[in-house]
Amino acid sequence: MSIKESARILLGGEVRKPAAADYTPGANRVHELKRMDGANRRALAEEMHQQHGHSHTWRNRRWAVLIAVNLLFVLSFWLDIQLLEGSLTASRFLGFHLIDLNSALQVMLAHKHILVNLVIGTATVFVLWVLLGGRSFCSWVCPYHLLAEWAESLHLYLVDKKKVSGHAFHRGLRGVLWLLFAVLAWVTGYTVFETLSLTGILSRALIYGPGLALLWVLFWLLVEVFYSRRAWCRYFCPIGLTYGVVGLPSPVQVGYRLEHCFHEGDCRKVCLVPHVLECVIKGRATAETMAIGADCTRCGLCVDVCPSGALHFEVKGMSQWL
Amino acid sequence: MAPIPPPKVTPHKAAQARRHFLRSLIGGGALLAAGGAAWLPLAQAGTVRLRPPGALEEDDFLSSCIKCGQCVQVCPVSALKLADLDDGYGVGTPFIEARAQACDFSCDAVQCILACPTGALTYTKPAHLATRAAMRMASAPILLAKEKDPEPSLNLKERIGVARLARPDLCLARQGKGWKGAARGSGYDGHLRFMDVDRWRPIPLNDHPFDVPVCDLCVRTCPIKGAISLELLPDGNKTPVVHEACVGCGVCEMACPTEPAAIVIDPRRGWEA
Repeated sequence: MSIKESARILLGGEVRKPAAADYTPGANRVHELKRMDGANRRALAEEMHQQHGHSHTWRNRRWAVLIAVNLLFVLSFWLDIQLLEGSLTASRFLGFHLIDLNSALQVMLAHKHILVNLVIGTATVFVLWVLLGGRSFCSWVCPYHLLAEWAESLHLYLVDKKKVSGHAFHRGLRGVLWLLFAVLAWVTGYTVFETLSLTGILSRALIYGPGLALLWVLFWLLVEVFYSRRAWCRYFCPIGLTYGVVGLPSPVQVGYRLEHCFHEGDCRKVCLVPHVLECVIKGRATAETMAIGADCTRCGLCVDVCPSGALHFEVKGMSQWL
Repeated sequence: MAPIPPPKVTPHKAAQARRHFLRSLIGGGALLAAGGAAWLPLAQAGTVRLRPPGALEEDDFLSSCIKCGQCVQVCPVSALKLADLDDGYGVGTPFIEARAQACDFSCDAVQCILACPTGALTYTKPAHLATRAAMRMASAPILLAKEKDPEPSLNLKERIGVARLARPDLCLARQGKGWKGAARGSGYDGHLRFMDVDRWRPIPLNDHPFDVPVCDLCVRTCPIKGAISLELLPDGNKTPVVHEACVGCGVCEMACPTEPAAIVIDPRRGWEA
């Protein structure tokens, strides 16, 4: 997928069905083969299922990293070990400034003056997340993501029991809110979104102790359990969009191998942003290998759940070494 | 024979899309409203709080504070707290509750300023972010603890407030009374540095009992040279008098043994001769 197309989808654009001319000859051959070779494919699928099965490898790694990063913040303050001082909005790692890109943006817009430390910290974090995948910040670092994952399993349980039904919002909402919060910061001279940021509130609550602001976090968890699956991360949080844009050129991505895929759709069921996985629908992949778009949080749930090993993590340009 | 293609958008789908759009509009509007609600108390000035030393003027401070709490982490006496939702002056911004724990400059170098990544706290205000003239100190404040050092002054050019004898009728000195024992009631756990006890480590204020014939706790705990003194009144009693050197750190308010404190800090108020 081109960066331009990935950005369009990031901003809420519908995923288009590819035209006949978009397909590579290789992709056409695989699609054709899949249509012809029913019995053999089924046997092959069985074999793949035996080999892969459903694991929690990436989820466990990710949870470990997420907890470790947040714990490092907490312990740096509590035990005064000073490895990672500050909170997720801004911090120092061994003395180096790290500044959250969205928070930095809010401050720059509100304050209208740019400080050297702010630029250094922002540039460092920018480079870091370009290299690490952009929205991987969401699933590998943001503490709200972990709570939301638990709320999500409760939501799915309740949906399954027909106690609640899910409601979707328009994916373009996040981009509109991003813009409006940027304008608000500029006009009011105050970092309005920072007041509402679940990431900031939770990170500070973990490090400096709980406060009433946690009620706002609770409110969103309730919305996500009873009304709309993963609503904050999917449709509202501007931080996700900021990191999504940063991740557009990132080499770290989830890759898809058409040949290994039996189009069973398990990946799209577990995905936070299933629109990025539309290429796995039968007949949609335009090339034999595809890279999943920038809205992907690199959480790895699809890699874990894929019963035939068609999805995997990859680092662009490094495949011969990995 | 080809099947008849279904209509592109069914009435049901159209209704669904309409609901979808409306829901998004309402959801987005609600979040913006929540943002507005959080900002409103600030727009209306709200509660005036003591900000950390080196803070820009309030509007500039609120726009530049990134709410990371690094200033909180370096304070040796934990004087800085982060504001909560109901405080109405910026969730996550630092402030000082002087009565509970004042800034006693036991860090010597005003570490919170050093820690601030965005310049919301700065040693030197840039020209375009000037403070009110009354906030500027006439000369660099001299830290009594460093008085004998080659560089005795604090790297601080503006005050954060100014002390005021708000309840003269409560002041023990004005009644000719002394003070014996711990400055504050039991259970009070504020810390202060006492040079004669430990140069580097602040101790609980209540671990340092006083025994003075005329109460002068505000004067004797003040960390800044020439900021406050006891002066004779016509009736023969004494009263604390605040001088221009006061930076507004709040130690006098913290140490004042009356309940409520007779002397308080007026946050973010300049010096008026």
